[in-house]
Amino acid sequence: MAEILSLGEAVSRFIHDGDSIALEGFTHLIPTAAAHELIRQARRELTLIRMTPDLVYDLLIGAGCAKKLVFSWGGNPGVGSLHRLRDAVEKGWPQPLEIEEHSHADMANAYVAGASGLPFAVLRAYAGSDLPKVNPLIKSVTCPFTGEQLAAVPSVRPDVTVIHAQKADRKGNVLIQGILGVQKEAALAAKRCIVTVEEIVDELNAPMNACVLPSWALTAVCRVPGGAHPSYAHGYYERDNRFYQAWDPIARDRESFTAWIDTYIRGTADFAAYQAKLQEAK
Amino acid sequence: MSAYSTNEMMTVAAARRLGNSDVTFVGIGLPSKAANLARLTHAPDVTLIYESGPIGAKPSVLPLSIGDGELAETADTVVPTGEIFRYWLQGGRIDVGFLGAAQVDKYGNINTTVIGDYHNPKVRLPGAGGAPEIAGSAKRVFIILKQGHRTFVDKLAFITSVGHGEGGEHRQQLGLPGAGPVAIITDLCIMEPEAGTKEFVVTSIHPGVSREQIIAATGWPIRFAAQVAETRAPEDHELEALRALEARTAAAHGQAGGEE
Repeated sequence: MAEILSLGEAVSRFIHDGDSIALEGFTHLIPTAAAHELIRQARRELTLIRMTPDLVYDLLIGAGCAKKLVFSWGGNPGVGSLHRLRDAVEKGWPQPLEIEEHSHADMANAYVAGASGLPFAVLRAYAGSDLPKVNPLIKSVTCPFTGEQLAAVPSVRPDVTVIHAQKADRKGNVLIQGILGVQKEAALAAKRCIVTVEEIVDELNAPMNACVLPSWALTAVCRVPGGAHPSYAHGYYERDNRFYQAWDPIARDRESFTAWIDTYIRGTADFAAYQAKLQEAK
Repeated sequence: MSAYSTNEMMTVAAARRLGNSDVTFVGIGLPSKAANLARLTHAPDVTLIYESGPIGAKPSVLPLSIGDGELAETADTVVPTGEIFRYWLQGGRIDVGFLGAAQVDKYGNINTTVIGDYHNPKVRLPGAGGAPEIAGSAKRVFIILKQGHRTFVDKLAFITSVGHGEGGEHRQQLGLPGAGPVAIITDLCIMEPEAGTKEFVVTSIHPGVSREQIIAATGWPIRFAAQVAETRAPEDHELEALRALEARTAAAHGQAGGEE
């Protein structure tokens, strides 16, 4: 059964220096609050896995928490570059970042394989692409029935997955609605899974066939209202497009980025305090 | 007929390529703008699929991200991302892959990964996203991007998503199921692969654009087809639909969307 904990306690107990972690959520339900907490607790040497690194991993990379990044599309959606990611790759700041690069189809399949308890995923991919030349983990297999050459990639099995969802009940069963991305697969592929939620309710009232993660498949559930901001939580709040735009000049410059995380993340006790501070600054 | 910009000509020309029955896998930015313009004009029943999971999305404004909430709300169904790539794309159900690019070469190969050496990059670009498998598995591919000698290059530093590879029969030799890129639509012209070589040649020039402009904006010695058409200028109803879509998007998001 999942324990219902504060996010601070969940991160402290279940995410360790050197862990491989996946903070998933495809544009929707991005677990921003968990990334902030990792910075507050100064985790180091993390392997960060995520299809779209987005602002959450730009933060963790710039804050010096990351050793390696596994990803398939690293931009600021609708805006441009992730400047902290680029600075780490191009200039090694604040420390060199090892990258392991895939395509979306590859990573989605690799999560499915991880959740399925398989060592690798098989898919029709990469013929004619240079990606296998720079990622030695992308290999090929021959179909034993037809002889077709197919791509083979290792499954993703993170030490810890963190996702954000709309709600949980008091037992820790979680309901996710809207664009699901690879959240269910990432949750089931991991050794431990932390879910932050908008609210904890008496009854989930989940419709039949809804995406429900049972409490016994999870490690911890934490109530963090607004915890996916600046991404969105369908039914609760919309994507804060202006924050994504505002992030560009903040992250473009090392000093302004460091000042920002010192003030807003390292300088606040938790996500609620961060939100209050952000509101004051408006 | 109203005055129009070269970007509007590009979007309209790209939108016209989509048919009403095409099941279309849509990239964010320019492809999404052109695909939605098609849906709002001549192709009301076109099926738009976004890699985040919406199938049959009918957004009233352009999404700024590939997973905006309105895509889900207006879709016929929303499926997990793994399913999009496994069942719908790899399963062979996509007619058109509609892609943007940072750079293309004469065979319609796409780079969205890096400028310079991969391990010591001059410019690190966002990377592959869904494009390599869309380029591989969609029955045909349209590419839309603004033309310039930095974007239309003789030799790509990195092939992220394959077009016709080294030309000729190379794509078939690679065993790729789809036909690959059948058109590159730019702000100056439309290019299509020449029979046999599969090298992209100019087949239609937008009104008011000269051959010299196209030659100057292409990083390889661009060739022109024996018969080169003049692209039909945007019609009033196309411009009205495009401008209304952009105005709604700006009002909703505080930015235009689809500019990259």
